[in-house]
Amino acid sequence: MNLLKISWANLKDKPLSSFLSGLLMTLGITIISLLLLLNKQLDEQFSKNVKGIDMVLGAKGSPLQLILSSIYQIDAPTGNIPLEEAERLTRNPMIKTAIPLSMGDNYRSFRIVGTNRKYVDHYGATVGQGKLFQNDLEVTIGARVADVTGLKPGDTFSGSHGLDEEGEAHADTRYKVVGVFSPSNTVIDQLILTPLSSVWAIHEHHEEGEAHEGEAGEEHHDEEHHEGEEHAEAGEAREITSMLIQFRNPLGMMIARGINNNSKLQAALPSIEINRLFSLLGVGVDTLRGLAVAIMIISGISVFVSLYNSLKERRYEMALMLSMGAGRTQLFGMLLLEGLVLSLIGFVLGMLLSRIGLLLFSMRAEQEFHYSLSTMGILPEEWGVLGVAILIGVLAAALPALGIYRMNISRTLAEE
Amino acid sequence: MLQSHQLTFSYSPNKRFTFPDLRCNDREALLILGKSGKGKTTLLHLLALLLRPESGSVTIGNTDLTKLTPAETAGFRAAHVGIVFQKPHFVSSLSVMDNLLMANYLADKPQDRTRARQLADHLGFGDHLGKKTHQLSQGEQQRVSIARAVMNAPGVILADEPTSSLDDDNCARVVALLREQSEEIGASLIVVTHDQRLKDIFSNQVFL
Repeated sequence: MNLLKISWANLKDKPLSSFLSGLLMTLGITIISLLLLLNKQLDEQFSKNVKGIDMVLGAKGSPLQLILSSIYQIDAPTGNIPLEEAERLTRNPMIKTAIPLSMGDNYRSFRIVGTNRKYVDHYGATVGQGKLFQNDLEVTIGARVADVTGLKPGDTFSGSHGLDEEGEAHADTRYKVVGVFSPSNTVIDQLILTPLSSVWAIHEHHEEGEAHEGEAGEEHHDEEHHEGEEHAEAGEAREITSMLIQFRNPLGMMIARGINNNSKLQAALPSIEINRLFSLLGVGVDTLRGLAVAIMIISGISVFVSLYNSLKERRYEMALMLSMGAGRTQLFGMLLLEGLVLSLIGFVLGMLLSRIGLLLFSMRAEQEFHYSLSTMGILPEEWGVLGVAILIGVLAAALPALGIYRMNISRTLAEE
Repeated sequence: MLQSHQLTFSYSPNKRFTFPDLRCNDREALLILGKSGKGKTTLLHLLALLLRPESGSVTIGNTDLTKLTPAETAGFRAAHVGIVFQKPHFVSSLSVMDNLLMANYLADKPQDRTRARQLADHLGFGDHLGKKTHQLSQGEQQRVSIARAVMNAPGVILADEPTSSLDDDNCARVVALLREQSEEIGASLIVVTHDQRLKDIFSNQVFL
């Protein structure tokens, strides 16, 4: 028998109103914590993959799309650019490295990206089994690709055209897996890397095949954004999808404007685009956060109302306990405990639910975007949430509980 | 032992109570009879110092209660006074057992489950210790409140109309138990009532 036990018994005695208060508190905390977790995860993923890339050079179109497709590999590419022109523009003393990327095929929805060694080195990926690609049609696959598809060094597969699994297969040419990367928790985990030249090799084959197919083939072609009409016209001209560029110093930014104004290509700056993306997302996040805070406040009001009502019913009980020697502060503390217990239950359940929510979200994100989210530890901000929850619970209990100090024991006992 | 001396109290200037001096030794019982509005409950609350008298004194053992601070009063009352109220009220969310133990807890005494069980068996509700108090009949509830009043073996037991809502059988039983328990722990028993059924049971009587 102690105050906590009495508080707990009181909560259990009113299961419905306790449940409602606890549920609201849980809901509010779940939403806030889920937002914090997602925010952190996305932030980490985005900044990890953008690191060191100052500019992306690609075809004209949406700069955000260019960034998303070339750095994060989550959106469709904007189109193709002639390799020669890209190389000419990047032959500039301000530019430290320029990594060419060429994409457009996939294997079971994992993107096949033509590039060179610099891309691998940039993300600090290391080959775990086998070796790095060297010749045409050799590929080194990311760790997750290996997990999901079961491919291992020595296996061969044929890629499908486009970025969806349903794309038509390049059945006549097969890639050969020569290595698997160790997990690096970067975008490389989700990619199949091959030399730039093998993408050209595949599509030269493909072009010849397609030339015979006529109209239908052409239509399909346009949808893919992959090999533009230019390619067909230019014939032998080498094309790539984009180029990831690192500046020698921040003044390199100036190049971007020059390129955008004076060439057919587009230069996008990840720092600007990602900020723009987050500010767009931010509106939604802020709204949800506001909603969650509102739910937590409503939960506080619910605690207040149910305690207020039950205190009216329990006036005699309180007077009785006072007459039996309880201190007013003791009883006040007991009532605060009821609010506190609800807050704590809400916090624990909220933490639990938000982690489950993140897990579900992560499973979906992995399926759809091949992005994995992890980290289940408690964030520093969540201790802040705990503080707010406790504050709301205690305040909501304190207001009605203050009546204890004004109670006239004798009159209350005599009234009934 | 309980003694009162020239107790007066007023709720308002034109409603003033002056009470006769009372004295009740250990192991004795005193019946205070009076009609409604005569200040029976007021007197009981004064004796328990739930109300502060306007003048006069209440002495329990060697302690003058009117000289204690409010906090000391609460502690003293918890340890030395057991009160049985007219309607048996309990902390409804707790079991019968916990309601008994609460008397120990609020008086800062060790929680004596054995004593609670003995009292329950003796007062005839030993099978109901795990139940909530509202599941018990009126007579049973009043017996639980007697057990609660004697849990701390107080020096004084004050009972406010303990029998008014009970039938004759339960009335006789409750009064017998009250007397028996107070004698067992050597307490002074003071019963305030308008219940004429009790007149013949108590030899010491005071009329208001």
